This record gives sequence, structure tokens and C-alpha cells, in this order.
Amino acid sequence: MEERSIEMGVKIKSMKYDEFRDNETLETFIKPGGGILLSTLDDIIDWGRSNSVWPLTFATSCCGIEMMATGASRHDFARFGIEVYRASPRQADVIVVAGTIVNKMAPVLKRLYDQMSEPKFVIAMGACAVSGGPFYYNCYHVIRGVDHVIPVDVYIPGCPPRPEALLYGVMQLQRKIKLNKMVDAPKINKSNR
Amino acid sequence: MDIEKLKERVITLVPEAQLEDNKQFVSFVIPSDKFRLVVENLKSSEDTAFDYLFCLTGVDMGKDLMVVYHLSSTKYGHEIVFKVKLSDRENPSVDTISDLYRAADFYEREVYDLLGIKFNNHGDMRRIFLDENWKGYPLRKDYIDEINIVEL
Repeated sequence: MEERSIEMGVKIKSMKYDEFRDNETLETFIKPGGGILLSTLDDIIDWGRSNSVWPLTFATSCCGIEMMATGASRHDFARFGIEVYRASPRQADVIVVAGTIVNKMAPVLKRLYDQMSEPKFVIAMGACAVSGGPFYYNCYHVIRGVDHVIPVDVYIPGCPPRPEALLYGVMQLQRKIKLNKMVDAPKINKSNR
Repeated sequence: MDIEKLKERVITLVPEAQLEDNKQFVSFVIPSDKFRLVVENLKSSEDTAFDYLFCLTGVDMGKDLMVVYHLSSTKYGHEIVFKVKLSDRENPSVDTISDLYRAADFYEREVYDLLGIKFNNHGDMRRIFLDENWKGYPLRKDYIDEINIVEL
């Protein structure tokens, strides 16, 4: 059964397999020797999870405005099951870190992440959340990449990324959720910078 | 009140005030000990009525520290800028105007937090953004933090 999903690629309903810009990279994430036989039940669970990813209402700067635009009627990411913004971390599946995380905000973000129930996923949206972005140099107050605080599944570059980019990132996350049992969990960046 | 009269008014109050040319607003550099006196006068006088402080900023000029006040009058619509230079970098201080303008309260705490300028008689002079136990004042030009800052 695992041969099937690798041979045919990881398919999601939202986007055609051939339309992804890069399919090989995702397949390198698959654990070597991860030939565990997945049950049909697991397949169904992952299918369900990947098609109802509920984000947490969390935005700290201009990327948040793009995220709201993505949720609004023109781009409407509810089409893909990224349905409602949840105001409580207990009900959310994904936290989209949309914006700059300063040192003072980091403990709050960590607590929100800890309060989310498993399985939980993180999208780092925009240059600030990916690497500190424009605040990388000569700044005393900004976390250089949110992966220093919480493990990140998908990175979306851009300053801020357009709604299309967020949708693309979300679809990459959906593919990753489908591979949930077969890829390593993301790790926290332990370097100084 | 027209601009020329306003300039004369400030000069008569403080003869040491230096007028700066070619600025967007009428702007004066005022000695720190006379500053509060001028603002009190301009606020209470009927013909000037500067009742609105719309910006208060701290600046590190490299050698001196500076506090910049933008005042305006909702009655007449005229604006004025005062700059107070502080040459003592170790212990800079200027009189507060937070009792005249409530808006100045948080502005002054911000300037204290980031530049270390103390405002005399403020009443609640503590950090506003950074942690209470933060060392140093990060917006100063000579602020060094080798752990957290990556120099370009």
C-alpha cells in the first residue's frame, strides 16, 4: 500500500499532482525503510485531517492582513477545507504564524502552540516568521525565525506572501498531513541565529 | 495667530531659543531648564492655546540626546515644534509635561525605555515595552549586545 502512494505521488483534492512546482522534494522527506503497512483506516483518517485544517486566529503584522484576504471571498480558502478561524487553540489544527515574532511575544506563541491538541501543524508565513526577514540585522528584539520556538512544517517566503502563495503552502501542508505517518516530525532550530 | 507673531512670542519668552530654518514646522531648540516654562505659557495663553501634543520623540544625535515635541492648537490650527538637547549622556533629564498633556505620559515612558532619558516629576517613570530587568537602552547609538544583535 505504501508503494502505491509513493509511485502515484501524494495526491490531494485541492490541486493536481502535476501542477505542483516540485514533487521530488516532498518524497525525499519520506523516511527510508518506512515501509510500515498503513491501514485503510489510517488513510481515511489522514484524508479527513488534510481536508479540514482549521487555523488558529493568530496574526502579528502585515502577513495577517494577507491571511485575512486569503480567507475572504475573492480567494476563499474555505474551498480547500481550511475552513474557519478558531479563536481557541484547543479547537485549532494549524497555527499560521503570520508576522514578526518579537522576544516578548515568543512565550505567548509557545504557550498557544502547547495548548493546541494533537495533531498540530505550523506554517511559518512570510520573511519575518521564516528567518527574521528585514529584522535579521541590527535588531535587539526579533526572533530570527519562528522555528527557534516551535517546530515548523511549511515555510512560505514573501514579504508578505500573496494569498496564492499561502494557498500553495497550505496545499503543501495538506500533502504533508497525508504523509503524516511516513515523514519525520519537524524539529526546533537549536542554532544561535 | 500667524507664524511671525508666534516666533516673536517664543523669542520674548526665551531669548536663548534658536529658530531652525527650512523645516516643515516652526521649530525651536530650547534649553532644557526653560522648556517647561514655555510650554506652560503657550498652553495657558488665550491667543496661542496649544492644547494638543501630537508627537513626542527621543533622538540620539550621536553626541547629544534630544527630545522633540510637536504641539498644535485645535482652536487655531497652528503647530510648533520644540527640541530639547541634552548633552549629559550618563544622566540625561528634562522636566515632564505629562501633567499638562496626558498623552505625554506613555510617550515619555517610551523615550525613557528606549533612550534612557529621565523625565523629572513624571510619577511613573518605568519601562513600558521592555522587561523590567532589561539592561541598557537599545535605541542609543552606542548600545552593544553581542548575543542578540547580528551586525551587518
